[in-house]
This record gives sequence, structure tokens and C-alpha cells, in this order.
Amino acid sequence: MLIRINGRPFEALPHTTVAAAILATGHTAFRRSVSGQARAPLCGMGICFECRVSIDGSPHQRSCQIAVREGMEIVTE
Amino acid sequence: MITIVGAGPAGMAAAGSAVRCGAEVTVIDDNPAPGGQIWRGEGRTLAAGAVFIGQARVVSGDSGNRTLLVETATGARNLSYDKLILATGSRELFLPFPGWTLPGVFGVGGLQALAKSGLPLRGKRIAVAGSGPLLLAGAAYFRKQGANVVLIAEQASITSVARFAAGLWRWPAKAGDALHLQTALLGVPQRHGCWIESAEGEERVERLHFREGNNRFSIEVDYAAIAWGLVANNEIAALLECPSVAGTGGAEVSAVEGEIAGLVAAGRDDLAQKLAPRREKARRFAREIDRCFALRPEIRELPRPDTIVCRCEDVPFSRLQAFNSFRAAKLHTRCGMGPCQGRICGPAARLLFGWRDESVRPPILPARVGTLAAPPAESGQ
Repeated sequence: MLIRINGRPFEALPHTTVAAAILATGHTAFRRSVSGQARAPLCGMGICFECRVSIDGSPHQRSCQIAVREGMEIVTE
Repeated sequence: MITIVGAGPAGMAAAGSAVRCGAEVTVIDDNPAPGGQIWRGEGRTLAAGAVFIGQARVVSGDSGNRTLLVETATGARNLSYDKLILATGSRELFLPFPGWTLPGVFGVGGLQALAKSGLPLRGKRIAVAGSGPLLLAGAAYFRKQGANVVLIAEQASITSVARFAAGLWRWPAKAGDALHLQTALLGVPQRHGCWIESAEGEERVERLHFREGNNRFSIEVDYAAIAWGLVANNEIAALLECPSVAGTGGAEVSAVEGEIAGLVAAGRDDLAQKLAPRREKARRFAREIDRCFALRPEIRELPRPDTIVCRCEDVPFSRLQAFNSFRAAKLHTRCGMGPCQGRICGPAARLLFGWRDESVRPPILPARVGTLAAPPAESGQ
């Protein structure tokens, strides 16, 4: 299914989480920390909140807990 | 009506034994499907008759009114219960070392979870470091997914690990697992008494630095998978002032303790009693792991002054040294006050500074504003 990450289209397999889909594209920084460091998933299970991205306009979504959907618009934070 | 929070090995076993006793059971879990972290994506199903509510997070609760405030993808509701079983499982223990915040540094379980949810690992150079049998299980899984596992670095000494292996005859199934893992890992470099000192890279991990005795060496990687141990997810139990908390111990301990909890909740203490020997056997194995894979003191000395301890608020090690409690550090530095609510830095601070953080306040996870105004509980779901 087609998703967009920061406006660029990618093909993702169904049942893939958003976090896995983002990492699979080679994109590494999911968000900037309060002091501006690049951050990406650590725990992979919804606890660390490092995988937060904006999904279809909703900010701060834990991308490791959400499956991709056709046409999803993902923006790293 | 028995409500079970968590659909991992413990929650599934609790649901199974409670349903068998004729109880009405509802199981809620943060994930979309049952199985927990260990059986993620394996298509495990709950005992027939148990109701499953997925992608549901407990935000708050009240043991007086016997209700839980639960947030789901579509909204929030108060869920009432007669008996509540908390089978909230464990998370990985994460310890700060220079570079641990770089993208590409994961927990071993974390990288496994990501791979199981669609991240391809084929051709990736992965180093696995830290301590415990999870290193081998993770490495074998990564290799099966086509990764190039460049190193397994176990911090416990070869003597400790040999002692653990020599005692495995007491748990034949575990000995079988260990043999199977070692076969799957033939050709992968394994070092003992060897630990990660730092990770380095521009915007993502590129290089890891290790120490082995007095020697130091570096390797190039795409990903680093680190495991130091497990921490029980006790937040809901603490919030509800649950009198008995079992702690961590692995899937086998979880399954038998879950089964016991399900029987007790369904009023069959007599049947629960009979499981005591099985529980003790599983617990003994968990204690053996704790003993043989105890963390060496050098691990506590890994953070440098500028090493971030609280990743949510970017609080460095040097800012925390001045305080003598987690509470004081929270007030002055915001350490542990970010979205993860101290779930990552709390256990780390406990190991680094000996601080205990028992305070839990609702909401125990960041919640939507609407959730906190959810309608009162209807009975059942």
C-alpha cells in the first residue's frame, strides 16, 4: 500500500507498523529531542516515546504501535 | 466479571484458567493482537470465550470503585471489573552509555519487535551487546532474518556463563533451547566479559566501541541491539496500590503465575495451590539467570558527564549527580517528567544512583484531553 513519508511516496506492506515502514526507507531521525538531537525508536514496544511522528495531521503518535494504512501521511517531528 | 490487563504469556494463561472455571473474562492490551512482546505476530489466540480489546491503554484507575479508565483508538471509556488481574509484563532495562541516544541503537527486544512488525534486516550489520540469554535469542532471530550479526558481546565473565551452562541439566527444555541457539549462531563471533563502552556516528549509529578486560576495540555497524535485563511494568499496580506484585521472571514464570492468578480470581484457590511446585521450578531458573548474568560494576560507570540519562527531557548525567533522590532530580531537572514518565530513565537512575521511584500519578501515560472526561463505567464492556 502507498504511504507518504515527509511528502515522498513509499510502498509499504500491510501489517507493517509505521515505525518499521519509516526505518525500512532508510530514514533515521523520527524526531528532534528538546536539545535538537536526532532520535529514533529504542524500545519498539510503545514505552520510550522516541518514535513519535505526526500521522494524518495528528502529532506525537507512537509510530511503533500503529499499523500503516493506504494513503497515510507521515511527517517526522 | 474478571478483567485482565495484558495479553502476553501471563494474561493469556490467566484468561485460559479463568475461562475454564466458567468465569466471564475480558482482556485488554496496548497491542492490536494477543501474544505480548514474546509471541508478537505469531497469531496466538485467547481462550475461546474471552473478550479481547486491543490497542487499549490503561490511563488511570480506581480500586475503590473498581474501574479502569481505558483509551482506545476510537475513544475512551471507564471499564468496571469485579476482579482485576494485572499481567502487564516487562520492558527492557535501558542503561545510558555515550551514544545510546543515536538512531539505530535499540533494545534487543525492541529491534526484534520492529523486525516482527515489518522492518527488514537482510544484510544489516548488527552487534548484540549487554547481558543474558536474550542476547543469543535476539542474535539468532536477527540472523534468521538475514542480518549479518557481527558480534555478540556478553558482559558476564566466561566463568559465570560456563557455570550457568553447567547448571542447565536441571531444566532440560532450557538446555535444549540453548543448544538450538548455539547451533543457529555457529560462526557468529561471541565474546564474554566484553561490554559496550560507547556508540558513535553522525545522526545515526555507525561505530561501536567495546572493552574486553583491558583491551578496547571498535566495529562498524548499521544497528546496535542492547539488552541489560528486564523491568516489570508495575505502574498500574502501583497506582491501584495492588498488595501483591510478582515481578519479572520470563515467559515460563509468567505463564504459571498467570494461570494461578486466573484460578484465584475464579475462586479456585484449591487448584491454584497445586501449581506451586511448577511456579517454584520456573522461579528458580529466573533466579539462576539473575545470579549468573549480574551486571559488572563497570556498567554503572559508562555515562560521561554529558551522556543523556533522561531522553525525553535531555537531562545529562552531570546534572543529576547533585541530587540524592529521584524526586529532587525531577523537581529541579525535569528528569523523568517527559512523555515516557520515567519508564526508561527511572530504572536507569535506580541502578546509577540507587534512587527508588515509587510515585505514580494518573494519567500514567500521556492521554488525550477527551479521555479524562470519559463517561462513567457501564458494567461489563
